[in-house]
Amino acid sequence: MNAVVTATGLTKRYKNTLALDDVSFRIESGRIVGLIGPNGAGKTTALKAILGLTDFRGELNVLGFDPRTQRDRLMEQVCFIADVAVLPRWIRVREAVDFVANVHPRFNRAKCEAFLARTKLTPDQRVKQMSKGMIVQLHLALVMAIDARLLVLDEPTLGLDILYRKQFYQSLLEDYFDENKTIIVTTHQVEEIEHILTDLMFIRDGKLVLDTDMDAVGERFAEVMVSPDKAEAARQLKPLDERQVFGKCIFLFDGADRAVLEGMGEVRRPTVSDLFVATMKGTYA
Amino acid sequence: MKTFYWLLKREYWEHRGGLLWAPVITGAVFLVLNLMAIITAEVLGSRHGFQVGGNDFRMMIEHADAGDLAHLGSAVDVAMLSSMTLIGMVMGLVVLFYCLGSLFDDRRDRSVLFWKSLPVSNTSTVLSKVVSAAVIAPVIAVFVSIICGVIQLVIYAVVLSLHGVNIWQLLTLAHPFRVIGSLLSAVPLYTLWALPAVGWLMFCSAWSRSKPFLWALAVPVVVGLMVSWFGIMGLFNLPTAWFWTHVVQRVLLSVFPGSSIVFSDHNLSTMSDMDSSDPLSVLSPGHTYGLLATPNLWIGVAAGAALIAAAVWFRRVRDDS
Repeated sequence: MNAVVTATGLTKRYKNTLALDDVSFRIESGRIVGLIGPNGAGKTTALKAILGLTDFRGELNVLGFDPRTQRDRLMEQVCFIADVAVLPRWIRVREAVDFVANVHPRFNRAKCEAFLARTKLTPDQRVKQMSKGMIVQLHLALVMAIDARLLVLDEPTLGLDILYRKQFYQSLLEDYFDENKTIIVTTHQVEEIEHILTDLMFIRDGKLVLDTDMDAVGERFAEVMVSPDKAEAARQLKPLDERQVFGKCIFLFDGADRAVLEGMGEVRRPTVSDLFVATMKGTYA
Repeated sequence: MKTFYWLLKREYWEHRGGLLWAPVITGAVFLVLNLMAIITAEVLGSRHGFQVGGNDFRMMIEHADAGDLAHLGSAVDVAMLSSMTLIGMVMGLVVLFYCLGSLFDDRRDRSVLFWKSLPVSNTSTVLSKVVSAAVIAPVIAVFVSIICGVIQLVIYAVVLSLHGVNIWQLLTLAHPFRVIGSLLSAVPLYTLWALPAVGWLMFCSAWSRSKPFLWALAVPVVVGLMVSWFGIMGLFNLPTAWFWTHVVQRVLLSVFPGSSIVFSDHNLSTMSDMDSSDPLSVLSPGHTYGLLATPNLWIGVAAGAALIAAAVWFRRVRDDS
């Protein structure tokens, strides 16, 4: 498989904070990668570096381009949706479609119009007259009509109601994603994207603390519900995290022996959000 | 090329209000005011038995010698041009604020993230804004002025013909085509002359993190005050005023059409030996294009180009959105 993004020693320092601290990773084609981290962990900085929107130190190769100097050519292959409301407020639906259709060589107008036909948007409507959800629909219609190889989503569903959020990810999966495309997504609503991710990256204080695919998550991490009498034995195995539910203890283990765990109680695959909370313990302390 | 055309179109969509409607409305207001003045004069004239034009006017033309007729023609020419002064001032303001916002507003509302997600280079983006400010805006203003001038000519002609003056005689005395030609020929010169101001304002727009207007104004003025205070220009054997007229005014006020005639040494010095009976000669290409021979213009163009290049660079590296 060929790599879409290769980062080596990626470092970005703002005046007094280190947003990215010597990060290296590789993203293969045909994956859906969740880049997840607490506020201020460096997610957006990493995405901006990939999109050529910021300077950085280290090496970064996106589809064979250096995003710092070749942004305009890179953007023929890359699409980007930031958290809502980055569409200019004065633009009309018709103008936005016309403009993108004429400056983007890989834009398919028919596809965009078909997608818009499924929404309530009208050609003369201006962005400032739209709700947040409608703005995202317009942006998604523009982006889905572009035959790009990499789609970057930075908090795309922030502030949307649940109907729009579900529809957003459903459209992406049904009408957009295929094995030649790659999606990188950051969000705080981890539960909603958990089932569509193929890869998971946790970022904390500018460092990658977890970089794995979802199958490996199931093999490596395990959650065990243990009755209180066996809790002490479970603690001996150095769990990542422990919490109490209905008088039972739930332990989260990283790389523990499956057979031993099954002897103590019911073993489950942890949810991404539980894993996230356990990994990020003490971030804001 | 196609991308650049659409970038220009994009600028026009966003700034239709300033680029098109501001001159159109100014022109319309100007015409309405003129019409009201004419009506007032007519009413007052008929009430007091005083004739503004009428037989006296016709007799005046009949008895006028060639010199007087030329004066009359010039008066019509000036009337036709008068709308341009007002429209030009409005256009100067539009261009000033357009440049200041051009590379700043989309950073403030974060829509720069959308524009930068398209395969368009920073250079074409910035250049499309330069062209909108220095070419599209004056072209629209000039066309609106021409239409306005023609309408005004028609209004005068109609009013005077009601007083029995032969319109065709009056029109042959005036030079409407020369007026139109002069206005059109002023556009390329405006583009070159305005470049340092466009460059400086767009540089501030791309560079500043907040309040580009304040920076654009404060930096040259403060520097100018320092220069005056310490008498730095004395080192170059130049008067202090030189800095104000050649730097401060050039980076701020050159966006106003006609400023080249007011500010340029070249024009001021040649103004005196002009034919006072022919006010059009101030605007005639033969006169205004003398500016092309002055270093003032070309140094300004070079400075403007350098500032625009810096704006392109800052467009790339500023990431505060």
